[in-house]
Amino acid sequence: MADKPIKGEKRFFVTGNEVVAWAALAAGVDIMYGYPITPQNEVMHYWTRLAPKYGRKFLQTEDEISAGFTTCGGVFSGARAFTATAGPGNTLMQEPMSMAEMMRIPAVFVITQRGGPSTATVIYSQQEVTLTCFGGNGEGMRVVYSPGSHQELYDYTIKAFNTAWKYRFPTFVLGDGYQAKMRESLIMYDPEERGIQMEPTEMIVGKEGTPGVDREPAHLRNTYNTEEELNVVVNELVDAFWKAAPEIVEHQEFNCEDADIVIVAHGVVTRAAQAAVKELRAQGKKVGHFRPITLRPYPIEAMKTAIAKAKEIILVESAEGQLDKIVKAELYGSQIPITPYFRPGMGITAEEIIEFINKKG
Amino acid sequence: MALAPNMPKAWRAETKPHKFCPGCGHGLILKALGECIDELGIQDRIVFGCDIGCSLLSWDFFNADAIQTHHGRTTPVLTGVKRARPDRICIAYMGDGGGYAIGSQHLVNAASRNEKVTVLLANNCNYGMTGGQMAPTTLPGMKTETSPYGRDVEATGNPTQGPEMVSAITPEGAYVARGTTANLRQLKKMIKKALETQLNGTGFSFVEALSACPTNWRTNAKDTWNFVEKEMTQYFKVGELKVPGEKEGK
Repeated sequence: MADKPIKGEKRFFVTGNEVVAWAALAAGVDIMYGYPITPQNEVMHYWTRLAPKYGRKFLQTEDEISAGFTTCGGVFSGARAFTATAGPGNTLMQEPMSMAEMMRIPAVFVITQRGGPSTATVIYSQQEVTLTCFGGNGEGMRVVYSPGSHQELYDYTIKAFNTAWKYRFPTFVLGDGYQAKMRESLIMYDPEERGIQMEPTEMIVGKEGTPGVDREPAHLRNTYNTEEELNVVVNELVDAFWKAAPEIVEHQEFNCEDADIVIVAHGVVTRAAQAAVKELRAQGKKVGHFRPITLRPYPIEAMKTAIAKAKEIILVESAEGQLDKIVKAELYGSQIPITPYFRPGMGITAEEIIEFINKKG
Repeated sequence: MALAPNMPKAWRAETKPHKFCPGCGHGLILKALGECIDELGIQDRIVFGCDIGCSLLSWDFFNADAIQTHHGRTTPVLTGVKRARPDRICIAYMGDGGGYAIGSQHLVNAASRNEKVTVLLANNCNYGMTGGQMAPTTLPGMKTETSPYGRDVEATGNPTQGPEMVSAITPEGAYVARGTTANLRQLKKMIKKALETQLNGTGFSFVEALSACPTNWRTNAKDTWNFVEKEMTQYFKVGELKVPGEKEGK
């Protein structure tokens, strides 16, 4: 059996779904649980071809509810475990995700957003931002990374396992159908050789010794009897989340220092925004771009600095204002106008952004 | 001084007396399970999962690692544990609503895949925790909060026969039985065989236990036992349906 999936550094030209499978292998994932849904399928296809060569496991479940709950079971037993889904599957998986939030289960979920609502398209959107950040009957105590390239898909899939196990919150890699299906070149690497230490996992149940004799049993609850009892638990969750948040938040900014207009966009749309900034700057326009990499927790302090001198934000997303809602809530009290450029369920090109900005003068 | 009755070693003394209603069958099923754990010497290998519903009250019942899950989702959580750690003995404990209604797809598919876990299901003909609604196992004509004029099988179908269903879809090597809290010695034998099936790794193991819910049935002790022993067994036949190494239909 081969020992390490990636030795040294290797250049690949592959689809995003293949990137996720390789990244999970490189991160030392023990088991994937999954259920077919487009555009996520090839994560499973590559995983099931590669995993046995490295002694890793796979279970195809009966639905996404089960895929999410078996993932939680795997994590409870100390495995580095993940699942991947999209669209209606993401909707179904909110139930186990909510359990992961309540019980601080360090599970990793890869989401490849497709069109919504309902079955919609299998192609692409950014319409699962609200669901992924705030889904379930909880408070959104989740970490959500929004990568913008195949390199980042690789980097942040590895990082998601470390964030999950370090802070003990369910962690999401929020991709999309474009990233899932298109081919792009990237460098894959062994995390250790890059100086990235994988956070050790821990058996949450099933430790050695007889419970009640050698050690206390792990009695894990998610049901509480009184308002006060639950309130204590939720307050602890919330406190732990916001304490960790400053260490977790990530962003990127482009030419924001002197920008009159700052384009805010995330995920694959950042690429159109970056290209638009380049072109508009060449035309002599003072345009910058701010890109949250973590949608939850949101890098609000960095964003406030980036837009300090700006006169306007243009909010660009492939949804009808899902990132917009987050930004407006985070910017509460700011007077800066926010102009929407919403294309729900559709891709956005640099040319379209440039045209939109030039037209509004 | 009167001697205290012997309690299973695997029971957690600090959490007794338990939290179930007087006359409830859960305590009996969990006593039988506790004795099996003791006799098989597997207390240090158990991962116990409980459903939501009255079965959730068993989360701190044993000196064993235990996970409260969601309603209907105990089977996949424990399947997830078992797949990642095959050396653990995984027991999914649930009621009839959790197993046969909201979690039926998990039960059916775990059985079809012959997952090496043990599912132990209490059948008391109603949803106990939520206040006595009609369950998949409510008997024809039986009154519940959502069938106040009696269960109409024309409109709501017939009671689910779980072990019969599981037996039909599991391969050879699985263990499937229906026991009753009215015959604890037999129920214990069944649970033990189910756990041995998991220990031997031959297949899925499933035991349904006929159980009482005097609170929601609104029955006294005599009527409670009468219902379990006479009414329920007319519809739910007690016995083994599938035993590893034995021919079916014996």
